[in-house]
Amino acid sequence: MKSLAGGLKSGLSILALWVGARDAWGAAAIDMREGVTEMSSRIQALHHLSLWICVGVGIVVFGAMFYTMFAHHRSRHPTPAKFSDNLLVEIIWTLIPVVILVSMAIPATRALIEIEDNSDADLTVLVTGSQWKWHYEYVDFGISYYSNIATPQAQIDNLEPKGEHYLLEVDNALVIPADRKVRFLMTADDVIHSWWIPDFAVKQDAIPGYINESWVNVPVPGRYRGQCTELCGMGHGFMPIEVEVRPADEFNAWIEDQRLANELAGEAAVAARAKTWSIDELLPIGQEVYLKHCATCHEPDGSGQGIKYPALAGSEIAGGDMNAHLDRVLNGKADTEMQAWAPQLSDLELAAVITYERNSFGNSTGDIIQPLTVYEAR
Amino acid sequence: MNRQRNGKHTLLLVGLAAGMFAFAFSLVPLYNIFCEITGLNGKTSTTPSTLADVNNESSRHVTLHFMAKVGRGLPWDVRPVQEQLTVRVGEMQTTHYYARNRADNVTAGQAVPSVAPGRAAQYLKKVECFCFTRQELSAGQETNMPVRFFVSPDLPEDINTLSLSYTVFPQQGSDVVAQTGGMPDE
Amino acid sequence: MSAHAESVPSQRHPLVAFALRWLLTTNHKEIGSLYLWLSFGLFFIGGLMAMGIRLELFRPGIEFFDPEFYNQLLTLHGLIMVFGAVMPAFVGLANWMVPLMIGAPDMALPRMNNFSFWILPFAFALLISSLFMDGGAPNFGWTFYAPLSTTYGPPSTDFFILGVHLMGISSIMGAINIIVTIANMRAPGMTLMRMPLFVWTWLITAFLLIMVMPVLAGVVTMMLTDRHFGTSFFEASGGGDPVMFQHIFWFFGHPEVYIMILPGFGIASQIIPTFSRKKLFGYHSMVYATASIAILSFIVWGHHMFTTGMPLVAELFFMFATMLIAVPTGVKVFNWVATMWRGSITFETPMLFAVGFVMMFTIGGFSGLMLALVPPDVQYHDTMFVVAHFHYVLYPGAIFGTMAAVYYWLPKWCGHMYDERLGKLHFWTATFAVNLTFFPMHFTGLAGMPRRIPDYSLQFADFNMLSSIGAGLLGLTQILFLFIVIKTIRGGKEASARVWEGAEGLEWTVPSPAPHHTFEEPPVLDPEASH
Repeated sequence: MKSLAGGLKSGLSILALWVGARDAWGAAAIDMREGVTEMSSRIQALHHLSLWICVGVGIVVFGAMFYTMFAHHRSRHPTPAKFSDNLLVEIIWTLIPVVILVSMAIPATRALIEIEDNSDADLTVLVTGSQWKWHYEYVDFGISYYSNIATPQAQIDNLEPKGEHYLLEVDNALVIPADRKVRFLMTADDVIHSWWIPDFAVKQDAIPGYINESWVNVPVPGRYRGQCTELCGMGHGFMPIEVEVRPADEFNAWIEDQRLANELAGEAAVAARAKTWSIDELLPIGQEVYLKHCATCHEPDGSGQGIKYPALAGSEIAGGDMNAHLDRVLNGKADTEMQAWAPQLSDLELAAVITYERNSFGNSTGDIIQPLTVYEAR
Repeated sequence: MNRQRNGKHTLLLVGLAAGMFAFAFSLVPLYNIFCEITGLNGKTSTTPSTLADVNNESSRHVTLHFMAKVGRGLPWDVRPVQEQLTVRVGEMQTTHYYARNRADNVTAGQAVPSVAPGRAAQYLKKVECFCFTRQELSAGQETNMPVRFFVSPDLPEDINTLSLSYTVFPQQGSDVVAQTGGMPDE
Repeated sequence: MSAHAESVPSQRHPLVAFALRWLLTTNHKEIGSLYLWLSFGLFFIGGLMAMGIRLELFRPGIEFFDPEFYNQLLTLHGLIMVFGAVMPAFVGLANWMVPLMIGAPDMALPRMNNFSFWILPFAFALLISSLFMDGGAPNFGWTFYAPLSTTYGPPSTDFFILGVHLMGISSIMGAINIIVTIANMRAPGMTLMRMPLFVWTWLITAFLLIMVMPVLAGVVTMMLTDRHFGTSFFEASGGGDPVMFQHIFWFFGHPEVYIMILPGFGIASQIIPTFSRKKLFGYHSMVYATASIAILSFIVWGHHMFTTGMPLVAELFFMFATMLIAVPTGVKVFNWVATMWRGSITFETPMLFAVGFVMMFTIGGFSGLMLALVPPDVQYHDTMFVVAHFHYVLYPGAIFGTMAAVYYWLPKWCGHMYDERLGKLHFWTATFAVNLTFFPMHFTGLAGMPRRIPDYSLQFADFNMLSSIGAGLLGLTQILFLFIVIKTIRGGKEASARVWEGAEGLEWTVPSPAPHHTFEEPPVLDPEASH
């Protein structure tokens, strides 16, 4: 019954869409989004142009078809005509499409030339895709961080009600200034990803070993959301993009904040190294890190997923030589999904998660790894 | 009967299929040539450029961004010593990349360059580059690796910013090290 | 030629005799039936996978399949539908009908014909068995982009590669057979320009197959050597380039798309004149349009790759070349309408499917034209809009085309008329379900839903639920189709030789059901009735 009511509700809300209601993003959900940049609205206009041309041609062609199906049905038109070609007509209907096509190609070409103009950017951000998160590096400021999905697993598993930005929320959004030309350089660490924000009309593949360029100039501050659009493995549907556009002066303040935060993190790391941690202190931190970063592949209970994502429970690495384990976590394993975590996590987080893995899922090495050990191995 | 003609035609068509199979492989060198001409994908030349184009007469300046990525499984830190450089077109320049091997074994990496925008790649002339050969670092070794280059004066007028990124991938040998664990003993 | 098709001595156990008969048959009609049944079976397997995909997408959240298995489902769905359902169905139709339509006693190379069929069950057994392997089935989409499929592919990728090689060999042999048959075995007086359009479109398709299947074989061979023999065609770490994979793949892939549609054009061009009781309008321009589409298909592959960072000139070239395809495609649609114009039309089931094909294919063509424009393509690319587009092209083009052909020629094959009422019910439910399934995908795609994701944000929920309901209904209509086909084979009103009063062509001059051997003496063509 619940699903019937749900179906009815969906039916009604679709009806509501049709009569012009607007969805949570503020745009009708059956059309391409206008977006917030000059280019995105030009692209929408191009989309409308081609759409309406197609609708027009469709009306003519389908109109003719329906007319002939009705008027020349055997009951009304028992004797078929004999003609089977007409050169003039054939030439005309070859030429008319050419004219229509040219009228679409001209504005498309103009817009394309502008899209490809990546010069004179005010800010450059290096965007790196990896399975399954984004990394942003402000090359002019020496600031960089990872951006992970923030939607709780319980919402994905239908154990909790889903939030407003289900699957479209991250822990650290990309922050860019409003009204500035921001250039994105895209690359990837493992497989091909694709970075897309519909409201910016920016979609660019991130290809391992290569860099691609794209740009945006957002006039309106706000939060904009998008997703990875190139199949990149099991987490493909779970690597959202969130961009926070701030007024230029607030952006500069944010940069200063980041620098300060980096210093504080550095001090915290020094403090963490100076301390000898007990297993009881490390395990809860380690579990949290594990569930956020490792459980996608190795499963929350460490049982893994077959040959591709090995089990940590009873594994030779997590239950064997500690240095090998540390090396695997810090540097990753070439040609596999196991990535290098050294740049992603702090000494304390790494120490905690390794300690957790070595003392959970039935692994009982009793090993405690200290942040200082991690620091020295970096 | 048609049998002879059938045989002849079959052979011809098998030949066509075999030819297309060979064509698929010939697409590889064709693609590389095409990339080098058009700068598709920002591939730069893998061999040193000559000094023929160097000239110091231009007053045009361009900005270069330098970036580095380390491939999975290579226990190295790699970063540009200078992240940004404004250079005069046609002038010889030297910049360095810092690299450190964190492992306690010899490990090797191969840097693969990429330039954005792609069509600028062919105008970034590298005279000397650590990316031309495989690099080996001994345990814990730190080094500054040089890149000597100039920007060709033929660079299209509308390009005034170039980005040069190196991704250093693990090479045979280092892979084994990374997997058997080569961390310093505490 | 047909002497190969002697039946096996009957003193064996009946089951053995039955197996040997079908295993060793070199008769074009029997091999045609084998192809059709295999493709029908695989269509159900691929369809079941589609049901799984739509089940997971019924509402937000991960409910039935984990994302890894979801990716395997969508990969196998694509591969099985393209290589297992559509292509063998068309080859099966060609086997049955090309000799009958050109007045030949059999295919030119009957033993190769047998071999090219019997490779296929093994190829698909390999592919499907990968589902049960450690590491799972291929999970990288039917386009298997490197490095997801090379460095990061599951161990079963090697079985996939072998499977693709086998399918490729089978397709190439099938295509060679069709070309040689058409080239050498036409009845006296059947000049090229008098061939029925189904034969023409298949001749062109066969050339496409021979030219691009080896390229696919090349690309999977490169994958294999990259995975195991230390080459790095597609590995940036060894100086290769993952984007090159896409260029080579789509050099195969775009003509492949037309391989899956051209025979459908041929089928529509046979059926529409029959039920309009009027000759096909613009026969010559139909042939030229088909050939131009085939030639253009070799220079448009880049339109699949507009977001890979192509240089501006390449983007412009591929955009203009792609838009050009609209011209010959438009000519075909206009010709079909003109064929109906002032005819004397009736709507038996084959005609319904053919008209449904033309209309919905045109919608798919419109979205294709929109996708050709680079700036909007940035927004459409890799979203559900693309999924809507190619299902609108392929479902009406390949599946409706095949179904139209089956209804059209089934009375010739088995001597019975199908149940017209059930056929019409099948058409109307299928048409409703196809549109309910795929039309909302335009909306979700435009609104920003990427393709190939197992879960989606809440604003896409309503349309996804509609799509899933449509897909379930579409699944049910296939069972109805299976029922109709079996019912027709088992009995029904006896079909006359001509079957349809407006039908023209040599296939209607032999009795229904078509006897085991036909045209052992070449037929004589009426020299007046040329196009």
